[in-house]
Amino acid sequence: MDIDLNALLEIYRKNPFEDYILQSVHCGVITFHVREEQEVHGPEGQWHQKPGTLLYQLTRQNNTKKVYSPCSGIIIDLRRDLNGSFTEAGVDLMSIRHRLNKDEVIDRILKDVLILFPAPQRARYLLSPEFAARLEKEGQPTIQPGDEPIIMSLMKRDTNLVYGSAPGVIYKVYFQQGALVEEGAPLIGVCQEEKLSYIQQVVNRIKNEWE
Amino acid sequence: MSKKHKTMMDSGKLITQLQDRVSYLLDIKKSQDWGNIGDILKKLHQIRKSIFDLDEQLIFEELEQIELRLSDIEGQLARSLTPADIINIVRSPQRFTLMDILENVYDSFTELGGEGDCNVDPAVVVARATVSRRVKDKLYTHQIMVIGHEKGRGEEFRNGGCAKPWGNDKALRYMHTAETEGIPIHFYIFTPGAYPIEDYPGAAQQIARNLYAMAKLRTPMISFISEGGSGGAEAIGLADMRLMASHGYYSVISPEGAAAIEGKIREGQKVPKELIEHCASQLKITAQDNLRLGTIDRVVQEPPLGARRDDYAFFRRLRYEMIRATDEVVLQAKSFRAMRTYALKMDDGNSIEDFPVAVHWDLNRSEIKRLLELRSEKYRNMGQGFGLEEKKGLFAGFSKAKELAEAGYYELRYGLIRPHEKNVKKVITEVSSEGSTFLRKVTEPVRAMYEFVLPKTEGIKRPMEGMERRSIFVEEWEPYVSPLANEDRTITCPNAERFGCQDLWVPDLYGEFCGVCPTCGHHFPLEYQWYLENLFDRKSVKEFNTHIVSKNPLKFEGFDARLERDIQKTGRRSSMITFDAAVNGIKLVVAMLFSDFRNGTVGSAEGEKFVKACDKARLTRRPFLAYIHTTGGIRINEGTLGVVQMPKCTLAVREYIDSGGLYIVVYDNNSYAGPVASFLGCSPYQFAIRSSRIGFAGPRVIRETTGQDVPPDYHSAKNALKRGHIQGIWDRREFRKKLYEALISMGGPNLYYK
Repeated sequence: MDIDLNALLEIYRKNPFEDYILQSVHCGVITFHVREEQEVHGPEGQWHQKPGTLLYQLTRQNNTKKVYSPCSGIIIDLRRDLNGSFTEAGVDLMSIRHRLNKDEVIDRILKDVLILFPAPQRARYLLSPEFAARLEKEGQPTIQPGDEPIIMSLMKRDTNLVYGSAPGVIYKVYFQQGALVEEGAPLIGVCQEEKLSYIQQVVNRIKNEWE
Repeated sequence: MSKKHKTMMDSGKLITQLQDRVSYLLDIKKSQDWGNIGDILKKLHQIRKSIFDLDEQLIFEELEQIELRLSDIEGQLARSLTPADIINIVRSPQRFTLMDILENVYDSFTELGGEGDCNVDPAVVVARATVSRRVKDKLYTHQIMVIGHEKGRGEEFRNGGCAKPWGNDKALRYMHTAETEGIPIHFYIFTPGAYPIEDYPGAAQQIARNLYAMAKLRTPMISFISEGGSGGAEAIGLADMRLMASHGYYSVISPEGAAAIEGKIREGQKVPKELIEHCASQLKITAQDNLRLGTIDRVVQEPPLGARRDDYAFFRRLRYEMIRATDEVVLQAKSFRAMRTYALKMDDGNSIEDFPVAVHWDLNRSEIKRLLELRSEKYRNMGQGFGLEEKKGLFAGFSKAKELAEAGYYELRYGLIRPHEKNVKKVITEVSSEGSTFLRKVTEPVRAMYEFVLPKTEGIKRPMEGMERRSIFVEEWEPYVSPLANEDRTITCPNAERFGCQDLWVPDLYGEFCGVCPTCGHHFPLEYQWYLENLFDRKSVKEFNTHIVSKNPLKFEGFDARLERDIQKTGRRSSMITFDAAVNGIKLVVAMLFSDFRNGTVGSAEGEKFVKACDKARLTRRPFLAYIHTTGGIRINEGTLGVVQMPKCTLAVREYIDSGGLYIVVYDNNSYAGPVASFLGCSPYQFAIRSSRIGFAGPRVIRETTGQDVPPDYHSAKNALKRGHIQGIWDRREFRKKLYEALISMGGPNLYYK
């Protein structure tokens, strides 16, 4: 086995956090509404319609803009010294130490171990009818180099994308049918067949063990 | 209770009956402490538990004592019923429902449009029923269409009698069936309110369609209200006679909703019980209150604590009252009626089994015309007489004379001269068309030769040519600029994150940009004066009926001060402005609801002004525009006097449209609830200004009623357009142009159809 999943898992166990560095969105006089080590939450609701915790207010030309927390976590590296003073745009104001949940860990590990097929450009993507049908029927259909699993739809032209990496099974589809995908974002994740059971085992382990 | 009866009666059955009575008292008072009913219930439980251990005689003695005590408590409660108690009576699971009425009031019935949960909407039940009456030992049977809400016995699919839009659509379909068949309709209203969803056909829009149809439905209609929850009740409530159960309620809003608004209670917080009770009494929701206000015609007496499922005497009374009400409505419209009307008037209602006269419920064409006239008169008079008009003495006399002179002039011009002129023109056109078709065959070769030798240099002038070339934006006067622009600061567009909109400098935004974000097109709210100045031709706005002013007819506590504050703030005395105006030379009548006065809510004064504006547009044969700057719905502080503005204004709109008028509605900012569900939603041409929101109930009410959250853009104009509720979205900067185009394209050659 050329991937040491245990080692990978150990990395996340040791540091189950991701730090989001927040920079001032534009210049202005800043007023903080959080303190160091404070727990904050991200947007909530089915449509993320309820904003997260109010982090700071930035006043420019008598226009006070409220900036809310984009994710949940703990406030660290807060630049308290900037409170009440004029700040330039793009200055690091604080970080949010976000604790990864099990889905995020699985997602990150999968992105490390799967063969990712990235979007060649910003466009709308669709699964080819053959693969869409197989995905529905088989759940995890096999894929060979030379197959055309995805259709890229751009400027009213549909282009079939050819898969060129190692054979395997489509383990995960990262996009919604017909949705706009940014360039470089993964479209599908392919798992080599011999690694499939091992990966499944690790996923189950994370699901059971991760708090 | 006699001894003989007692011994015959199964003690278990007696305990169940007493338990039912106690639980009914609990339903009403919602507290076991009141009258120590908790103790009685406990005692009954104990007796039931040890029923086989105790002596039978002892059990009956105990039960007799409990019954005496219970009767005493019931009597005490009946004498001191509060509006809050009445609401609990109406909501009790033991209260009679429509199915009980169908089974006990009518001889036979067949449910239409579904049965039980296999139904378009189980909350609305439609049935074809028969009811018979005895007159001097002779039996007469009548055919009836019964339409009403079914609350059910706690079945979830009934939705507690909250009709979904398609349920109201079903009701409308069968109203038309009854109209075709020429049979009367009996409506039974048992709803806490309509189910507030926007899915097609839309809660508000469907209620508006129902009201619009009922306004001129060519058949007698009688409604009976047990639980009349605002707009939901009106969907099947516009009837020729409105009866109400003595222990029912008819209200503009649930007391809980009113309390949350009055007490400014935040979502999720508990509304204090005292506040709910206070609002229940302030809203004047009881049958007696409504009778006094003139929003209903008659009260049907129930037993002292309200009728329950097995009150058969009440069902007999209801049967009598419904037949009698139908008789009265039919007789009012009949040409030959004097003796029977007299006989009915003389009938004191003591003998509810026998009727003094037989009345056939079919009406001929002229009788139907009279029925519709009476209906119109009835609703037009509703909500009047609460001191809305502040014009006295000489001034009032002068205005009246002016109105009469105007009416005479327009009647002469459009009622007498115009039809003749039109007919003559029509005949001339027809004759000349016929003649030219005949002559063309002869003259065509000559004309072709002539045009070949002398080709035409000028084209045919089209009627609107001059208009098309003239820019409607180039005007000679100084443009009005919103006072909002007088501030040196920037503002952030709410769509900045999605579309990357730059911060906007306020003088630019509210000046040059007309309050529109140049990047994403988001429309920031502007004051109503901006529209008055920029939408219509200079100096063309001439307000009328300013003497009709908002009052506090229910003497709602604290409302006078709020009304006064808004009068001081706005310099106006109602939230509706009605005026004559012109758009690029086209004269029209406008009714405008604006936000600064009680959030654009509609009360008696606003309704009256709207009706008068409608009538003025009809009289002067001018297009009628309803521009809704904002409306928060019906003014809750006016109770059902506000609710009846829904049928009243819809009726006026219907009469205007039927007479050939062009009625256009334009929504701006926020338009919700009653007005949208009646006189606005019934327009065939409804448009919205961008970034506006249109709907029946706001997100909070939807969450609290349905338990489901709605997306933030649920009520957006875009979604309203997708659902087919409106016909288009206009940009504020093009409002004048779009309105002009709409008037030209929809108005026909005279901007008035007939």
